[in-house]
Amino acid sequence: MTEVVYRFTVNGQPVELAVPGMRRLLDALREDLALTGTKEGCGEGECGACSVLVDGAVVDACLVPVCQVDGSDVRTVEGLATGPEALSPLQEAFLETGGAQCGICTPGMLMAARAFLDDGAEPTEDAIREAIAGNLCRCTGYTKIIDAIAMAARPA
Amino acid sequence: MTVTTRPGRSAPSPTLDVPAPLVVPADETRPGRATGLPKRREGPEKLTGVAKYADDLVFPGAWYGATIRSTEAHARLLGIDLDPSFDWSRVVVVTAKDIPGENIVSLISDDQPALAADEIRHHAEPVALLAAPDRSTLREAKRRIRLRTEPLPAVFDPLESDQEFAHFQVGEGDVEAALAAADVVVEGEYRVGHQEQLYIENQAMIAVPREDGGVTVHGSLQCPYYIHKALKRALALDGDQTVVVQAETGGGFGGKEEYPSILAIHAALLARKCGKPVRMIYDRHEDLAATTKRHPAIVRYRTGVKRDGTLLAQDVELIMDGGAYCTLTPVVLSRGTLHAGGPYRCPDTRIRGRAMATNTPPNGAFRGFGAPQTEFAAEMQVNRAAEALGVSPLELRRMWVYREGDTTPTGQELRESVGGEEVLERAAEASGFERLRTQTRLAREARASDRGARSTRMPGIGLALAWHGAGFTGSGEVKLASVASVELTADGSVRILTASTEMGQGTKTIFPQLVAEQLGVAYEAVAIAPQDTSIVPDSGPTVASRTAMVVGGLVIRAAQRLRQQVEHATGRPFAESAVDFAREHGPLRVDERFEPYPGVHFDDERYRGDAYPCYGWAAAVAEVDVDTDTGEVTVRSVVAADDVGKAIHPILAEGQVEGGTLQAVGYATIEEIKLDNGRYLNDRLATYIIPTSLDAPRITAILVEKPFSGAPHGAKGVGELPMDVGAPAVVAAIHDATGVWIHELPATPERILAAMAGVGTAQPAPAGPVEPGTLIGQAGHAGRGPEAETSSGTPDAPPGAEPNTEAPVGGLDPRPEALTDPEPLRAPTDPPQRWGEDGGG
Repeated sequence: MTEVVYRFTVNGQPVELAVPGMRRLLDALREDLALTGTKEGCGEGECGACSVLVDGAVVDACLVPVCQVDGSDVRTVEGLATGPEALSPLQEAFLETGGAQCGICTPGMLMAARAFLDDGAEPTEDAIREAIAGNLCRCTGYTKIIDAIAMAARPA
Repeated sequence: MTVTTRPGRSAPSPTLDVPAPLVVPADETRPGRATGLPKRREGPEKLTGVAKYADDLVFPGAWYGATIRSTEAHARLLGIDLDPSFDWSRVVVVTAKDIPGENIVSLISDDQPALAADEIRHHAEPVALLAAPDRSTLREAKRRIRLRTEPLPAVFDPLESDQEFAHFQVGEGDVEAALAAADVVVEGEYRVGHQEQLYIENQAMIAVPREDGGVTVHGSLQCPYYIHKALKRALALDGDQTVVVQAETGGGFGGKEEYPSILAIHAALLARKCGKPVRMIYDRHEDLAATTKRHPAIVRYRTGVKRDGTLLAQDVELIMDGGAYCTLTPVVLSRGTLHAGGPYRCPDTRIRGRAMATNTPPNGAFRGFGAPQTEFAAEMQVNRAAEALGVSPLELRRMWVYREGDTTPTGQELRESVGGEEVLERAAEASGFERLRTQTRLAREARASDRGARSTRMPGIGLALAWHGAGFTGSGEVKLASVASVELTADGSVRILTASTEMGQGTKTIFPQLVAEQLGVAYEAVAIAPQDTSIVPDSGPTVASRTAMVVGGLVIRAAQRLRQQVEHATGRPFAESAVDFAREHGPLRVDERFEPYPGVHFDDERYRGDAYPCYGWAAAVAEVDVDTDTGEVTVRSVVAADDVGKAIHPILAEGQVEGGTLQAVGYATIEEIKLDNGRYLNDRLATYIIPTSLDAPRITAILVEKPFSGAPHGAKGVGELPMDVGAPAVVAAIHDATGVWIHELPATPERILAAMAGVGTAQPAPAGPVEPGTLIGQAGHAGRGPEAETSSGTPDAPPGAEPNTEAPVGGLDPRPEALTDPEPLRAPTDPPQRWGEDGGG
C-alpha cells in the first residue's frame, strides 16, 4: 500500500507526516510532533481542551483526521508566545486576571480566544461567552477567563 | 529572641546570589498580608503548553495498560477466561492472584480489593489488568478476555440496604417535646443525586519499575502519601522503594483524593509484571463510569418555630448512599451530619445520619464532602419556614444566624471568627436582595392579573446561607500530625517542602507568598519543591480546604523559626545574611509539625465538642429566569460572599469562589447521573453535562475576612465554602419565580413542570402567618397522604397531565422511566463497552 504523505504547517513550520489519513490531528500533534500543549479531555468533541486553529477556524483536534488538514495552516498553543520568555498579550491577560487555574482547558481556551480576537468582533461579555461556549472549564466559573479575553481585546 | 527588620537597609552586595529583598518595615510584617499580588507561580508553563500533565510525560519503551471491569452490579466471579487462540505471550495479564501484598485499597475500612477476587460488588469494578507494548495489541487482547460470573441479587436503594457503613448522632435534647411546643412545624424530604467532579483532565497514572525492586508512579493526584501508603501495602514494598510524584494536575475537586490509589496499584502491578513503564491514562468514558461521585442522599427534616419566628427545634434524618465499598464514606457522613442543622442557633437539634451500602460504584470525596447535601435541605427548610411565617427569608436568617458566643449542636461554643451575619448582609446588599424580591413579586402579581399578556419567562431571586467546618473533622488534624518544612539550601536559596499539591487552587503561589513575607525576601526568591514523596514530608492530603489554613500555618511557623535561627547566628536580617549563613554553616532545614489548636477539643465517642477549630461562612443570592412553558431555568447572576478568614491572594481566592459557585449551579440545575441496574447510564461527556460559558451566570465574589486566631495568618480555607450555598439559592429563586419548591436536585425542567402541574391542583402554599400547630408538608404535596410524601416510587399520573410531565405531580422524585439521554443506551447485558487504553505517547 502506498503511504500518503500529508503536508501542512504547524505554527508556521512546514510538517510532513506519513501516517494513516484517519489518524486524529490530536494524536499527530501530541505523539508524532511532540506538541503536548494541546490536551485531550473527552475525545468526542464536547470539552474543547484540544481546540486548535485550522486556517484560522477553531476545531476540536480530536474530531479532525490528519487527511483533512493537508495543505492547511494549523496553530496550537505552542505558537502563541512571541519568544521563550515572552508571553503574548492574550497569555499575559490570562496570567493577570487569574484566567488559568488547573490549566488543562487553558490551551484550548486560548486558541478559541485567539480566533475570537482575530475575528475583530466587538468584545462584549455576551460575544466572549459565545466564542468560548465550546470550551469547558471546571475551575473558574468562566468569570476570569472572560475578563482576560476582554482585557486582551482592549487596545494596548 | 526576636530580630526585627530595620527599614531602609541597603540591598545586599551585588556579589551575593540572592534577589534583592523586599524591604518590609517591622510594623508591617503582619502574617498573611500580601506584599503586592504575585502572578500564579506555574502560570506561564500552563499558558504556553509547556506544563507536563501525566499524559504529556514520555517514558521510552512504556507499555499501555487497560482495566477489565465487571458488567454486573453483583455477581460471583467464577473465572477469567483467556481465548486460547490469542498469543498471550505478547501481553501481560494481572489478576488478584498476582498481588504480592494485600489485595486491599483502603482509607478507612479494609473492604475494597484492588482487583475483585471472588465477588463483584458493583458495575465497572476492576477485575483484571492488561498491558501491551502497543495499543492495537492491547485492544485485541481485551477482546479475547472474558469474565465468567454468576449473578447475585443486588441492592440499589440505600433505604432497602441492610449493610451500614457508619452512623452518627448529634444532639441529645428532647426534640419531640420541643417540636410539640412549636406553632409551626415545617416538614420536608429532600433528595440529591450523584454528582461527578468532572475535572477536565481524566485520571492518569504511569508506573515505572525501580532498580531496587520498587516502583515510582507519576500521576494526576491530590494526596501523594495516600498513594504511597496504598502502594506499600498492596505491593509489599518498603517506603523507600515506593515513590509517588505528582504530575501537573488538571483539576481534582475531591475526585483525585482516593481513586488515584487504586489506579496507582493497577499501574504498578502491570509495570512489575512486564518490567516496563506502564501508562494508565483513562479516557472520559472510563473515568465517568468507574470513578467516585458525590454521595446521593435523602434528608428528612422537621423544623419547629414559634409564630414570632423563634427557632425551637430541628430534627434531621440523613441517609447517604455509599456505594459498594466504604472509601471515605464515614467521614463524608460525619461532615454531612455535623452541618445538617445549618448555621443557625437552635435550642434543640437532633441529627441522625447513616450511610448504607448499595451495589453501585463507590461514592467518595467531592468539594463540600457531605455538607452540600445536608445544607441544601437545611436551607430549603429555612426558606419554607420564612414562607410559612410570611417573613422575608433574609429577615429570618438575621434572627437565626450564629453569632459569637452561640453554641452548636455538638456543644461547641463559637468563640471567634464568626462571619455568618456579615456574609449574609454583604451578599444581600450587593445583590439588592429585598429590592429585587419586591420586583419579582410585582412580576408575579402582574402575571396573575393579566393572563392575556403573560410572559413565559418569570424572574426569581433566592438566598442561602451556610457554614463550613475548616480543616479536618474532630481530631482529624491531630491524628494526621502533618509536617511542612522550609529550608535554606547550601547555595543560600530558600525552598518550601510540603506534600500539598497544586491542582489549580494556588498552593504553589500562596506558600511562597507566605514564606517570602516571613523571611523578608522577594516572592520570586522562594522556590517550592516538587510534590515527590522522596523529597517532601507528609503534610497530609490536599483536601478539606485545609491547605491554606493548616499547611500554610505550618509553613509560616517553619519560616519564622528559620529566620530566627539565621538571624540569631548572623545578627543581621535574614535577607542580607542567608547566603553568608549557608556558606559558613551549610544548609538548614526547619520541620514544623502540627500542634493542636489551643482550646480545641472533640470527643469522637460522644460526638461532642469542637467539631472544627473554626468555620468558614458563605452566603449566595441567585437570580434566575424560569420559562414557565418549558421549565427551563436560566441562572442570570449569583452574588457570593464568603468569609475565608484571610484572603492570602484575593484573585486566587475569588477564583475558588467563582468556580465553586458554578459547580453548585450545575448541581442545582443540570448535573445528574441516571442509573439502570447499578450502571451509570450517562457515562460520557455528551450525556453528563456541566455548565458552559453560556450556562454560567455572572458571578460576583465578595471576600470577607474574619481571621482565625489559631492560624498565624488567620486563613480558614475557601475551596469548599461556595459549594454549600449555590444550589439552595438557585432552588429558592426557582420558587420565587414559579411558586413551587423543588425537593430533589437537580431542578430539571421535568421536575419543575411536574411541580407546577401539581400546584395547579393542590392547595396553594400558605401566603401569610399561619395558625398555631400548623404542619407544613412538602409544597406541591398538599392534600396527599404521608405515603406520597416519602415514597420514591411513581404515584398515579394525574388525569390530563401534560405530555411532557410524565412524572407525577408533586416535585418529589418524578424519576422518568424513559431515559432522555441522546446517546443510545446499552442494555446491561450487552458486552462490556470499550474502556480506555491510554491516549498518550
